[in-house]
Formats: sequence, C-alpha cells, structure tokens
Amino acid sequence: MLSRVADSLYWMSRYFERADHCARVLEANYNLMLNPSKLSTEERWHRILSSLGVPGTADGIDPQMAMIRLTSDPGNESSIVFCITESRENAGQVREQISSEMWERLNRLYHFVTQANPRLETDSDPLRLVTAVREGAYEFHGVTDATMNHDEGWHFIQLGKYMERSCALPVLLDAYFAAGGQADDLDWVGLLSSCTAFEAYCKVYTADLKPDAMAEFLILNPEFPHSVRYAVERMNAAIAAISQTSFTHATGRVERIAGRLRASLAYVQIADVMAGGLHRYLDTVIEQCKSLHAAVHAVYIDYPIQSALEA
Amino acid sequence: MPVQSADRPMPAPFSEYEIDAAYDEMFRAKGRPRPHYKHLYTHLLNLPSEELYRCKKEADLSFFNQGITFTVYGRAEGTEQIFPHDLLPRIITSSEWATIERGLTQRITALNLFLADVYHEGRILKDRVIPGEIIYTCKHFRRQMRGVKVPRDVYVSVVGTDLIRLPDGRFVVLEDNLRVPSGVSYMLTSRKVMKQIFPALFRKCGVRPIEQYSQALFSTLRSLAPEGRSTIVLLTPGIYNSAYFEHAFLARQMGIELVEGRDLVVHDNKVYMRTTSGLQRVDVIYRRVDDDFVDPLAFRADSSLGAAGLFNAYRAGNVVLANALGTGVADDKAIYSYVPKIIRYYLGEDPIVDNVETFMMTDRAQREHVCANLDKYVVKAVGESGGYGMLIGPHSSRQQQDEFRQKILADPRNYIAQPTLTLSAAPCFMNGRIEPRHVDLRPYVLFGEKVTIVPGGLTRVALRKGSLVVNSSQGGGSKDTWVLQN
Repeated sequence: MLSRVADSLYWMSRYFERADHCARVLEANYNLMLNPSKLSTEERWHRILSSLGVPGTADGIDPQMAMIRLTSDPGNESSIVFCITESRENAGQVREQISSEMWERLNRLYHFVTQANPRLETDSDPLRLVTAVREGAYEFHGVTDATMNHDEGWHFIQLGKYMERSCALPVLLDAYFAAGGQADDLDWVGLLSSCTAFEAYCKVYTADLKPDAMAEFLILNPEFPHSVRYAVERMNAAIAAISQTSFTHATGRVERIAGRLRASLAYVQIADVMAGGLHRYLDTVIEQCKSLHAAVHAVYIDYPIQSALEA
Repeated sequence: MPVQSADRPMPAPFSEYEIDAAYDEMFRAKGRPRPHYKHLYTHLLNLPSEELYRCKKEADLSFFNQGITFTVYGRAEGTEQIFPHDLLPRIITSSEWATIERGLTQRITALNLFLADVYHEGRILKDRVIPGEIIYTCKHFRRQMRGVKVPRDVYVSVVGTDLIRLPDGRFVVLEDNLRVPSGVSYMLTSRKVMKQIFPALFRKCGVRPIEQYSQALFSTLRSLAPEGRSTIVLLTPGIYNSAYFEHAFLARQMGIELVEGRDLVVHDNKVYMRTTSGLQRVDVIYRRVDDDFVDPLAFRADSSLGAAGLFNAYRAGNVVLANALGTGVADDKAIYSYVPKIIRYYLGEDPIVDNVETFMMTDRAQREHVCANLDKYVVKAVGESGGYGMLIGPHSSRQQQDEFRQKILADPRNYIAQPTLTLSAAPCFMNGRIEPRHVDLRPYVLFGEKVTIVPGGLTRVALRKGSLVVNSSQGGGSKDTWVLQN
C-alpha cells in the first residue's frame, strides 16, 4: 500500500475519533451543567476545556460561546467542525480506497456540521450538532466494518482510531482526578458518561462510584471499548496485522513500543498506579503513545530513502 | 436522388426532426431510417414518451451514483459536474468500422515511425518532406528526447483520435491526440448504463463488446516493460485534476497503483514508489501528467506533479513512460497537415482515412486568403486542445475576427485554419423530443506489441442546437457508440 494512502486513512480516522470524543464529552457535560453544583460555571468549563486538552483558560467564559467554539468554529483546531473537515479532506485524497458507503456517510455528516449554524439565542442548536456527530460516528464505524475489505488500509483506520482514543482518555481522566478531592457524584457521572461508560461501569462495580474503581475501569478494563487498555490492545492487533501484510525493514521497533505499552497496562494493579501517582502514570501512557505514533510514521510513512534502499 | 430516398412523414417522437445539409447518422431522408438504425427506430416508435423519460432519469441517476463527473476549469473552485449523457446510441456498421480501424492503424504506425525519426536521424527533414523549422518551433518538441531509445520504438501507445463525418458520409481525422488523451472511462461506464436500459436492443442489434479495453490497455503497458519486470503504475496529477475520476477508474480496473508525483522517489536513476513495505521499484508509468510537469529538474521547475530525476531514469532506460515524452510534436495542428505526407513517406501507402483540408498561416498566400475570409473558417491555436483558443468564423463577431487576425499576424506559426465543417448529426433525446445534434467520434487506439482498437469510442455531442463544439468543457455531452457485428 502506498505510504501516502496509509497516512491519509490514518488521519481520516484520527480526526473522526477526535470529533466523536469531543462530542461525547460535550453531550455529557451539557446535560450535567443544567444541575446546580458547588463548582462555579467557570470552574466547570475550565475542566471541560482541560479534559479535551484545549489550551487556554475559561476565565469569564460565556457558556454558550464556549459551546460554539468547541462545536462549530472552523477556526478553532479543537472544534468538531474542524476535525470533521480534516477527516473528510483526508478521505477525499483516497476516495477510491474507501467504500462509497463510507464516503457518503462522512460527506453527509460534513455537510450537516458545516451548514449547521448554531446561534447564541437558541440553546439547543449546539446540542443537535453534537448528537448528529455521535450518531454519525456509529454509522461510520458500522459501514467501515461492514463494507470495506479488512486489509492493510482498514488496519490503518483502526490504528488511527485507537491511537486517538489512547491519547484522549488519559487527558480526560487527568482533568477529573486532578480535582479529585472536591468532585461529587454528579461529576463522576459526567466522567463516565463522557466515555459512554456509565451502564458498563455499573454492571461491573454497581452504582457505587469509587474513584479507584472508576480509574481501574477506564484505564485497565480489557473488555470495555472506551478504556485505555482496550484501545491499546486494538492498536497492538492493528500493528501486528500491518507488519504481517507489509513485511518490511524496521517493524520490530514499532512492535516493541506497542508491546511495552500494552504490558504496562496489562500487568499493573490500580493500587500501584494510584500509589505512584495517577498523573505520572497517565503522563507516561501519553508519552508512550506519542513515541508509538512517531515510530509508525518513521517506519511506514516517512522513512529515509537511504535506509529503505539498504534493507 | 433515387426514388426510395423521397421524404416520408416523420411519426412521433420524431415529428420535429429536421434533416439539413449535414450527414444524418440515422436517416437517409425524412421517414427513411438507414438499415442499421431500423431496430432502434422501431424500438423508439413503440416506446411511450413517459418511458423514454423514465429511461433518461434512470441513466442520469446511474451516472450520478457512480460519481462520473469532470471538472470545468476557469470557474469558481473548479466546479464538479455530472458528464452530460444522451440516451440514444450512435450506431456504426461493421464495414464503416473496418475502414476506420485500418485507417487508424495505418496512422498510428506512421506517426510512431515519424516520432522515432524526428528524435533520431531526422530523415524526413533531410529529405525535405517536412520543413525542419516547423518541428523545431513546435512548443511540444522536446530536444531532451533526441537520441533517447524507447522500448519497441513505441512513442505513442495510447491515442484518442477525433474523427468527424463529412456530408458525403466519409469519416476524416480532425485531430490526433497523442499526449494524454482522456474520456475512455466515459465510453466504458456509458456502455454499462446502456446495457441496463436497452437490454432488448443489444440482443437484437449484435453490438460488438468494448469491455475488454482495460485488459487491452494493461497488456499494452506490460508489453513495454523490460524483461522480467512488470510493476506498472498510473501517475495522476491528483484529485483536483479534471480527469481524476478516470485515473482512479482505470487504475482500479487494471489493478495497479494510482500514484502521485509525491509517491515517487528517484534514486540512482531508478524509480521507486514509497509504500508501507518500503520502496518498491516501478517499471512502467502510464502517466496522465503532461510532459512539462513530469520532472521539475528536466522541464518546468515549478512543477510539483512529477518526480525529480524521473527524466534521467527514463533516459537511462530504467523506467518506461507511456506515452513517451515529446509526442506532442506529432499532434501539433500545423504538423497535422503533413500527416498524409508522413504516411506516404514511411509506409508508401495512401492514407485510408483522410485529413481535413488545412491552411498553414506560415504560408503567405494561404494566410492572406484566410485573413480576408475569417467568417468562413475555423481558426485554431496549434498547441491547444479541448476547444480552447479557437475561432469559429460563421459564429463569431467582427470584433472576435479582428482579434484573431491580429493574433495570426503576430504569430503565424501558432495558428492554422480549416473550412467550417458540418459535423454529421445524430438523433438525441432533448426535452421529450428526438432532435438531431452534431456529433464526432473518438476511438481509442492502443499500440504495444500490436495495434488494438476496441470497436467503439466516445461519441461526443454538441448539446446546443446547431452548435459544432463537442468538447465537454464547452457544453458537450456524450453518447454510447455501437459498432455492429455485421
């Protein structure tokens, strides 16, 4: 497969996941913010922004304005519109490589989010956009699985999706646990809903919302799709499949980094993580994801010509 | 005129059908269809008009769903449009086709010999059959190609020749497209749609198949590959090119990679593509990028569509380009007028399919004659194609004529003139009625180990009533072309 094509598929998928993640977080919090809380509006928005990894402060923030900034502001690189546009742009570069059903879904969603023009007056507009993206994501993932060959390209799509998830979840968790002391049950519900994890969590731990249990569930659970461990397992599977189809030079490097990350999640106990400091642990997960991304890029996409010729 | 050609009343849906001086593809005279059109004629008479509408809708939808579009340049952000398609097939008899086939085979053979000669010994120039000056002043002449050996001496392996039919029924060549001819994907997709819509007619008429084009193209490209090496790719300028749909279509049909310049790497005079499995050697490039853009080191330095160093790899014989570079010198409109001489010179034969009479603006007497009668001629810039840069005398204003006169006098080498030709007319389904529209014909010729011409081609239609311009960029459409078995 051409490196350029693999790269476009990867980024199409990453940007889509980024938009989906943002939509999920906004939907959960938008609901919750309708309840009064001991935190001020500013403090709550500050947490939303930092849980999405958006730089800047929330001082004097206008809630409706903030919502629009994160949904339909094309100039903001964290906004849903921006991410969907980038995703579609990448898909357009390799349109003949993805199924027409995939292109149609993505194209339709793009037209919806770029034409939706939420105004300050009507509160419910941004929410409509958020819901459309969440539903559009389920459709897109569904047709991707059902209509495309599960070949190397499909694995690059999976890799992009789970790479983005592995990077986004630690940021989200960090934002909630940083202010752990003051958080009440409703805040924790917010965290779980941001990962569509509330029901799944209760099935395992009952409705007893204990911080350690939630950290364990969202970081180490091997069966829940929005846990860090699950995402890392999927990345490992994608990487193994890719290195099999494109047996090449330095794939060992990618597999080593991915395997180490996976082991650090599979063989650790939540008590050790908490004792050593959750923040530090999450930081190392993010660092490892970054170096994995860099290794994939260096081995499959933008490798030096000289090394490829010697191999 | 013999008695049998006398007019008869035209029944619906032909009641408004006019026959004028142009050769009519379907009718000998009013109410008298040509024998090879009888099945279609009867079919149409028996078809309720709502049914025709339904067919038209079905066809349009099918094109839309397949995303068969092209991009028109010069409008805001290159608008993408569905390629307009006419519902009724254009039918050609087997004996007419046999002549076309022989004529085009002769022509491509001679033009390849000409190119090999021009870029090597130049015998035809030394023998003064063609003035050397006209070659060296051609903007598509590539002096870098002198002495470069190309596989099998095949310079042009893919040609789309534009033919038109004169009022006396003869086909003549209007233009040879020897650089990067396009449109073949419309021929293939429109056949697919037509089979869905008129299955019964196909069964009755005995239409020769064209679906093997992609395989024929693939074998042609493979026949140019060096012994034992056969990685073939299609080089596209990218998604913003007007023919990108076709590039993706053909690559998929042949099962080869669709690459852009940035996917290619040249090292040590060898060409590679950058894949997830490392660099993979490329042996044949079916390039859909113009000469000027294939290599910024050898040609236009500002091009980002090609690969740096590609030309050196090509000259070293490490990669094959199809078509070869510099083929434009043989489809220059001024050199076109010498093609009959070229055929006689290399093959010792008379041309089987003629040229259109052409006036050279470099010749003083011809220039003066044309400039005095601009309202009767079609003037074309020699290096342009796609209907750009031309003047159609009878349909032009005084001001346009004056403008062109200035241009011709300023640069006579850059222009030729041809008499205004009446293209033949074929029935088209226009707004609920069947009306004649002017058409041409572009068959696709492949040349590798041997010459292959799939029986058919792209019939282009001037959709505006009375218009003679068939280019898709100028309001033209297409029709399926049926060549009959016998």
